[in-house]
Amino acid sequence: MTDISQSPVVAKKPSVDEARKKRTAKRYAAEKRFEYIGLGAVLSAGLFLVILLWTIVGNALPALTYNYLKVPIDLTSEKLTEENAATFDYRKIVRNGIYEAVPGVKGRKDRKKLRGLVSSGAAIELRSEVSANPQWIGTKQEIYLPLSDTADLYLKNLMGDITRPESERKFSDIEIKWSDQLKQQGKIDTRFNSIFFTHGASREPEMAGIWGAVVGSFMTLLVTLVLSVPVGVGAAIYLEEFAPKNRLTGFIEININNLAAVPSIVFGLLGLGFFLNGVHLGWFTLGGGFPRSAAITGGTVLALMTLPTVIIASRAAIKSVPPSIREAALGIGASKTQATFHHVLPLAMPGILTGTIIGMAGALGETAPLLLIGMVAFIVDIPGGFTDPATVLPVQIFMWADFPEIGFQQKTAAAILILLCFLIAMNAIAVWLRNKFERRW
Amino acid sequence: MSATKTSTVETTTPKISCSDVHVFYADKEAIKGVDLNIKEKQVTALIGPSGCGKSTFLRCINRMNDTIDICRVTGNIDIDGQDIYAPEVNVVDLRADVGMVFQKPNPFPKSIFENVAYGPRIHGLANGKADMADIVEKSLRRAGLWEEVKDRLDQPGTGLSGGQQQRLCIARAIAVSPSVILMDEPCSALDPIATSIVEELIDELRQNYTIVIVTHSMQQAARVSQDTAFFHLGEIVETGATEDIFTNPKDPRTESYITGRIG
Ligand SMILES: Nc1ncnc2c1ncn2[C@@H]1O[C@H](COP(=O)(O)OP(=O)(O)O)[C@@H](O)[C@H]1O
Ligand SMILES: [Mg+2]
Repeated sequence: MTDISQSPVVAKKPSVDEARKKRTAKRYAAEKRFEYIGLGAVLSAGLFLVILLWTIVGNALPALTYNYLKVPIDLTSEKLTEENAATFDYRKIVRNGIYEAVPGVKGRKDRKKLRGLVSSGAAIELRSEVSANPQWIGTKQEIYLPLSDTADLYLKNLMGDITRPESERKFSDIEIKWSDQLKQQGKIDTRFNSIFFTHGASREPEMAGIWGAVVGSFMTLLVTLVLSVPVGVGAAIYLEEFAPKNRLTGFIEININNLAAVPSIVFGLLGLGFFLNGVHLGWFTLGGGFPRSAAITGGTVLALMTLPTVIIASRAAIKSVPPSIREAALGIGASKTQATFHHVLPLAMPGILTGTIIGMAGALGETAPLLLIGMVAFIVDIPGGFTDPATVLPVQIFMWADFPEIGFQQKTAAAILILLCFLIAMNAIAVWLRNKFERRW
Repeated sequence: MSATKTSTVETTTPKISCSDVHVFYADKEAIKGVDLNIKEKQVTALIGPSGCGKSTFLRCINRMNDTIDICRVTGNIDIDGQDIYAPEVNVVDLRADVGMVFQKPNPFPKSIFENVAYGPRIHGLANGKADMADIVEKSLRRAGLWEEVKDRLDQPGTGLSGGQQQRLCIARAIAVSPSVILMDEPCSALDPIATSIVEELIDELRQNYTIVIVTHSMQQAARVSQDTAFFHLGEIVETGATEDIFTNPKDPRTESYITGRIG
């Protein structure tokens, strides 16, 4: 073959040769042009991705750490015992500790401001620390308590321009003075923000955490998975391997494809109308009775939404198994069910799994249908079961993005980052599965 | 239409007898009333131009056409005197008794051992592991593959060469101890050396199995078969001993096919 390409083109007429050269040059030019256009498209897409990640990561990073104040805590009060350590009101103890940390502050107004340096949730934090360490009772300890969100933002240099007049700031001159002073004394420690990763929602930015939403998302997805995979894969197997090819199955197929294109909010309306309210048919109610805001309801709605994706992906995977494999199995006397479950399904599995994971990733990022079934409610407690009120990551992001406090801006970005991490992990698993089980036949 | 008349080996009753077989794909008639007797422990070749219905007819014998929705078969096919389209016949058992080897080697993407063991397992033919290993070895030996694969039974069957894969498929069919083996152009995807090995194997298998082979190669039909049936446009034009058909064709269409004018 090489000698052909190397030999000069022997043309009978020079004009033909010229014309051909021109055509070739034109073709190459067109090819190059297309290559550059493609490269440009990829590069600009990459640039947008970098900008997106840059802003999110840049905004999210401050939320991953938090500033704590070392507060002298006096636990010698007779009223505090091991029995009531978990219920005791620590507010006064915290208050006195703060006065001790910044001595010499007089006057009701200033003292109130001083108290405000530490988070209003500090007493609750202290309660859980003391409950975990009952040997402290009756002693004096120095304990790190979270600062208020404004103090934390100031120390992170996120307060904006502090040379503005005092009245335009959320952080007054005296607060700045105290903060600087405490920092100089080494009483402030920047720590990993464990509150963010262990707490549920809260109105106080410093006490608000993502864990409730993570648990809610996990439970919701579990419901979605358990409902949509068996039903979806079963439907795909039936339609591909067993169903007769007639008008009815053709009609079903078209409708499944249409369902995949239905906007997700419509599924939310279905959830609201059918699962929550039920359809009243005179004396008889169809559906209804699902708990509002709960993972089981959200998961069911998302399962309905994901089902077409799972069915379509599974059918494609089953279809891609060569018919020769079915013939081989049937040819030695396997029943149709055996051929399907022993041979076709294992070979289709990677495709099915990939489709399922991508469907799940879509469900994980879904917000609109969950808003309609009440998962947007403000839920402080971390859900303990599938019927408990819960929220999910994207809804949490949606809510935080709406809060005015600056502290929530970082939380929003951090929550987006966590959601992105989950999505990337899920897609990576899908790619890994596809490569691991890829077969040739 | 009687094959016995011209056959070299006299047998009393045929292993498979087909009468007035019609096959329709939807409204299209692919087989138009075929009568054919196939003798036991012989190789019968089905030849004819492509698209004339050889594969379609072959697939009637183990009811593989049942798997095609639009396909309809009428007429009678008896194996050992039993009508295989009778309602009491279990198609799963039928296909264990009538094995099939396909045009393109289609081993399961599993180990060589698993390929052969799968049939006996689903039919419950083996008593325990040792028995299964025994069946696998015997089948691979019969397929002439044992020596080549005995050290790598756990490796994927799809990793073998084309000819080896086809013999693996033959071993897989043998493993469920059929009495008939159907082969649909088993060598068309193989190189000449692999082809001659498979042909030799077919000749050996004749001692134990009734073999029906579809081929478009005249030479192959001449080399491996004792009887030949010539198909043309869904009908059998001529049947008889292979030797007779090739040396002394009665029908002008057979003659022109053999001499290469249609095909
Ligand atoms: N699955 C099928 N659906 C519809 N028509 C088919 C199918 N298989 C075969 N046919 C038709 O039946 C005729 C015979 O085909 P076939 O038996 O494959 O011929 P051969 O094996 O002799 O080449 C051809 O006209 C072919 O188009
Ligand atoms: Mg064919």
